[in-house]
Amino acid sequence: MSEKKVLVEVQDLRTYFPIQGGLVRKTVGHVHAVEDVSFRIREQETFGLVGESGCGKSTTGRTLLRLIEPTAGKVFFDGEDLCALSKEEMRKKRRDMQLVFQDPYASLNPRMTVRRLLEEPLTTHFSLSPGELSDRVGWIAGAVGLAPEQLERYPHQFSGGQRQRISIARALVTKPRFVVADEPVSALDVSIQAQILNLLMGLQKELKLSYLFISHDLNVVRHISSRVGVMYLGRLVEIGDTEEVYLRPVHPYTQALLSAIPKRDPSEEKKRIHLTGDVPSPANPPKGCAFHDRCPQCMAVCKEEVPPEVEVGPGHKVRCHLCGNR
Amino acid sequence: MTNLLEMKDLSIDLYRGKKIPPVKLVEGVNLSIRKKQNFGVVGESGCGKSITCSSIMGLLSFPLSVGKGSSIRFLDSEDQEVEIAGLSPAGLRRLRGKEISMIFQEPMTALDPMYTIESQIAEALSFHTRMTKAEIHDAALEMLRKVKIPRPDQILQDYPHHLSGGMLQRVMIAIALINNPRLLIADEPTTALDVTIQAQILDLMNELRESYDTSVIMITHDLGVIAETCEEVAVFYAGQVVEQASVEAIFHETAHPYSAGLLRSVTSLDGAQKELYTIRGAVPTAGNFAPGCRFADRCDRCMDVCRERAPALCEIAPGHLCRCWLHAGGEDEGKGVAV
Repeated sequence: MSEKKVLVEVQDLRTYFPIQGGLVRKTVGHVHAVEDVSFRIREQETFGLVGESGCGKSTTGRTLLRLIEPTAGKVFFDGEDLCALSKEEMRKKRRDMQLVFQDPYASLNPRMTVRRLLEEPLTTHFSLSPGELSDRVGWIAGAVGLAPEQLERYPHQFSGGQRQRISIARALVTKPRFVVADEPVSALDVSIQAQILNLLMGLQKELKLSYLFISHDLNVVRHISSRVGVMYLGRLVEIGDTEEVYLRPVHPYTQALLSAIPKRDPSEEKKRIHLTGDVPSPANPPKGCAFHDRCPQCMAVCKEEVPPEVEVGPGHKVRCHLCGNR
Repeated sequence: MTNLLEMKDLSIDLYRGKKIPPVKLVEGVNLSIRKKQNFGVVGESGCGKSITCSSIMGLLSFPLSVGKGSSIRFLDSEDQEVEIAGLSPAGLRRLRGKEISMIFQEPMTALDPMYTIESQIAEALSFHTRMTKAEIHDAALEMLRKVKIPRPDQILQDYPHHLSGGMLQRVMIAIALINNPRLLIADEPTTALDVTIQAQILDLMNELRESYDTSVIMITHDLGVIAETCEEVAVFYAGQVVEQASVEAIFHETAHPYSAGLLRSVTSLDGAQKELYTIRGAVPTAGNFAPGCRFADRCDRCMDVCRERAPALCEIAPGHLCRCWLHAGGEDEGKGVAV
C-alpha cells in the first residue's frame, strides 16, 4: 500500500492566531493552534486525525485547504506548494480539494434548492452547458443516494442524515481528488452514522479519493482510516498505521485516550488510565512537553524540553521523552 | 409501593389545534425504577426518551402534555406516594431539586451566566432547607470537594464562563446532589464532553451513586455509556419501549431487531475498513405510523403480520421484555401482558 503516490504533504505546519487586547487592538500574544505538524496522505488513502476539542485538528484541516493562512510551514498538493499560489490560482485548485462540514443543519443555504446547492460549485469552477450541468447533478445525486425528485426540495425538508448526504454531494460534485471531512458524522445518530460512513468508503473506491478524516470519535477513525495521527494541544504526538497505533499505543496520551473509550460490552473488563485536569490553554502552552502536567509518567526532562519525534516502528512516530533512548 | 418510581401507561400528547386530535409522541410506557437502581434509557434522537424523563420532573410545557390515563407515581423521602401527573406547580416545586433532580446535556447553557457558582449552588439549598449563609457556604464547599473540583474555595466565586465543560458538568452534578435526592435524571450528561472528560464524569457519577443511595436514570444514545453505568436498560423506538432487560441481556441476548441493529451499527474497535451494518431508512415521524409494528419498514426480519398488527410488549424471559412478533406468543397490542 505504501507504494502509492503521496498526494498531500504537510511540512512543519504552524498556525497561530493573534490575541488582541487594549484600546488599539495591539497583539498581546498568540494562540498556538497548530504547532509543527507534519504528515503525508497518499492517493486513495484515509488519514485520520483524532484529538479532543481545541487540540487544533479542525484548524489543521482548514489550513491545509488554505481557508486559514498558515503562519509557517509548507503544504504540497500533488507536488505543488499551495502556499506559494496566488489567491486566483488557489481558487482554481479548490476544485480538486473539498471540505465536508460537521453540522449539516448550518452548512447548507436554506434558501436554495438541493439542485441549486449542487450546481453552485459547478458554475464556480467549470463552464458547463445546462445539459451537462443537469447530468453532473443527476450523477452525483445518484451516487450519494438522493432520489431525482428530492432535488427540487429545500434543505429543511430533509433529516440530518439526508442533509449530510447533500453536503457530501456538494463537496464531490466537482470530482475532487482530496476531501477534508471535518467530523462528518458527529452530529448524527448511530444508525445514520453507519450509513454515512459506508457511503464515504464506497465513494472513496468509486471516485479514487483521498480523505483527511477529522473526528473525536476514536472508534469511527479506526474504522475508516488506514493511518492515524493523534493531536494534543496543536501538536501531533503520535502518528502511524491505524492498527499499530490502536493496538500498541506508545505515547501516554494516546494510551489514556484509548482507555477512556466506553466499553462496548458490560462484561468487558477495562483498565482505565485516569487523566487529571483539563487540556491547558493553547494561548499559554506549558513549557517542554505540552502533555507533561497531565502525564502519569512525567519525568524531569519533560518539563524542560520539547520531545523530538522518534520513529518507534516503520512509519510509527512518537513525540515523547520516554522513547528517546530506543 | 415498593418501587421508587412507577410509570403506568404513560403517553405524551402534542397539541395541534382545537379540532385536531393530538399526536401521541410517546405511548404506553410502563417503567418502574427500584431504589438505588441504575436505569438506562437508550434510543435515537426523536424517539421520545428525553420527554418521557422530563415528564417525571413535570417539565413538559405547551404544546406538550401528559396524556389522559397516564400515571407517574413517586415514593418521596417520607415514604408517601405522590402522583406526579396532575400535581400542582407548588407540589412540583417541592419535589424538584429536593427529591428528584436532573443533569442536562449542555452544562454551558444550563447554568446562569449572571451568577457565581456559589449562588447557583446556594439557590438549590436555600429553597428547600433553612440554613444560615455560613452553613450554605460550607455545604457548597463540601459538595464541590465531593465532585473533585480543584481549588473549590476559589471556584465558588467564579462565573460559569471561567470554567471548562467538564468542570461545569461537575458543578451541575454538585447542584443536583446537594439536597440528597432520591432520583437523579441524567439527560445525556457526557454527550457534549470529550472522551477523557467523559470517563472522568462517568466514574464520578458511579462513585457518588454508591455513597448517596440515589437511583439514576441515564438517558443516552451511546451504548458504551449504558454498558459502563447501567443495570437495567429500556430501548426506545418511535415513542415506545421496544425492549427492556438487564444490561447483560440487552448486550448478549438481544431480542428486538432494532436493538440488535443498534448494537451492530456501532463502529467496533476490531473491524477496520469493513462495510458497517446499517439499519436502512430513518425513524418514522410521529403521527404517521403505519398500522403494524413501527419498526416494520426498517426491519430485516419483517413478516406479514408485522405490517398488519402492532405487537405487544411481552415478557420473553424473566425480566426481559420485547415488543416484537418474532418473540410474541401471538398477542396484539392491548391484549399483551401488562407489565
